[in-house]
Amino acid sequence: MVLSYLRSVTGKKLYSFKLAYIHLLVFIISTLGIYFAYISGNFGGREYWEFPPFFAVLIIAGWILFLINFISSLSSFRNQPVYIWMWMTGIIFFLFTYLESYLWVIPYFRKNLIGDLLIQWKSNGSMVGSWNMLIYGSSIFLMEKISGNKETSQSSIAFILYFTGLFNLMFNWGHHIYTLPTAPYVQYISYAVSMTELFIIGRIIFNWKKTLDTAQKNLHILSYRLLLSADIWVFLTLALAILMSIPGINVYTHGTHITVAHTMGATIGINSFILLATITDNSEDNCSNLLHYHKIINKGIWISNISLLIFWCSLIGAGIKKAIWQTAEVQNSFSMMMQELKPYFIVFMAAGISLAIGLFCIIFPLMKMKISCIFKK
Amino acid sequence: MIKDIFVLNYYSGMEFNEKNKILTAGILLLTFTVYSFHLYSSLPRQNLAKADDSNGKLVWQEKNCISCHQIYGLGGYLGPDLTNVYSTKGPEYIKAFLKTGTVVMPNFKLSDKEIQELLGYLKNIDQTGKADPRTFTISYNGTIKQ
Ligand code: HEC
Repeated sequence: MVLSYLRSVTGKKLYSFKLAYIHLLVFIISTLGIYFAYISGNFGGREYWEFPPFFAVLIIAGWILFLINFISSLSSFRNQPVYIWMWMTGIIFFLFTYLESYLWVIPYFRKNLIGDLLIQWKSNGSMVGSWNMLIYGSSIFLMEKISGNKETSQSSIAFILYFTGLFNLMFNWGHHIYTLPTAPYVQYISYAVSMTELFIIGRIIFNWKKTLDTAQKNLHILSYRLLLSADIWVFLTLALAILMSIPGINVYTHGTHITVAHTMGATIGINSFILLATITDNSEDNCSNLLHYHKIINKGIWISNISLLIFWCSLIGAGIKKAIWQTAEVQNSFSMMMQELKPYFIVFMAAGISLAIGLFCIIFPLMKMKISCIFKK
Repeated sequence: MIKDIFVLNYYSGMEFNEKNKILTAGILLLTFTVYSFHLYSSLPRQNLAKADDSNGKLVWQEKNCISCHQIYGLGGYLGPDLTNVYSTKGPEYIKAFLKTGTVVMPNFKLSDKEIQELLGYLKNIDQTGKADPRTFTISYNGTIKQ
């Protein structure tokens, strides 16, 4: 969360640094508080937000400060590049979905078991989308900075993609809950909406050659390499997501490790690489001695990508196995099924460790540099 | 209709000007708001089962059962889905698990009251429907029905 705040700094001049500091402070306090609650075993919330609801108030307050700061930093809303739209969308929708995810505090929502699950996953689904808006916005911003071409982010196609994304953010969350006994239109709407993502993936495939050409030109730039890795993961994740959005396939993958593979691919493959790219880019700007570490970072990128792929495949493998178990006529016991999944988990662990090593190879030099930068100043 | 705007713009090579952008964003936002509030207000019609009268859901959240278990396939992956455990295994079986835990599942040292409340929750969730993927049929257009 603190990182997304950083990004607004890279964007434009800030309206108020004081506000930003207060925002940061609020987040640090609530983060510490939440960890404390976790450690002391005090839950009371639910998935992703398992801390006592009290802290939510702090987070919302912090986020509102962020919003105020962001809007005030813009001089006008006219003719803004697409990433400004994306950041704006991300901030507003995060706020909305976050509030929405606390509706369960009201008995009207909580007492309706199915309705409550519906709202919970509606908000979670859109919330992920709003995060993505923030992150992809940064990715486009960076891409432009590297290529020096300011036109892409003003182009019609950029906005078409943005609106397709927004459309999906708003309406495609239903794939989380296809199997819930809700009114059938919930299923139909998000199934139909999800299919508009085919347009995005089609475009990626269509532009393959062009991407490769640009890639060859810019491959020496570390942050570009990281962005390219993220792009590959966008493709893989999106392909999997579209498959999972078809209810007939979803009914098998739902509740299996394929879902986990999907999330992991997205968070590690896309989000972390983009975040690392932003950080790398920042460092290259400030202190230009990153060259010493070029080799090790490069290795790190390779190691982490390959391990992530293995990691991803092992989860999908485990998921397929569990799906077969779920649908078998005669079921073994749950614990026997888990036993059978063990080989996958071992591969998963091993890949996880080497993934951590790979990421460490990227992060460590960056940290070291940042620290030496601070001392120089 | 929204799709039309995209396609039209794309193929006619028309400029996606400021007015169009705001219009598209506006339409989307409006539809989203209407849909959201429609869902909130239609909750009673979303499922026919009676409202949850137990306090069990709060206990469920407090003890974080969902970190290992699933309800309708949503949740953690260490333990089995519990949506229909009440009807398939019965309350005595569940009680036994909650009282002692197993090698993998911790013993939460629940009070009798908490156990009763959890049982109430599991009973109510059981009555909302079936989560077993085998109970679904898939139609040719990819949608599913129970
Ligand atoms: C650390 C993970 C974990 C947590 C937390 C957990 N469980 Fe379990 N639970 C399991 C596992 C694993 C099993 C499967 C039994 C086994 O193999 O030991 C299980 C089995 C069960 C069963 C029997 C299901 C069946 O079909 O056999 C019930 C009922 C149950 N748990 C209820 C609960 C409740 C209620 C909570 C919250 C108070 C809870 N569990 C929290 C891991 C967990």
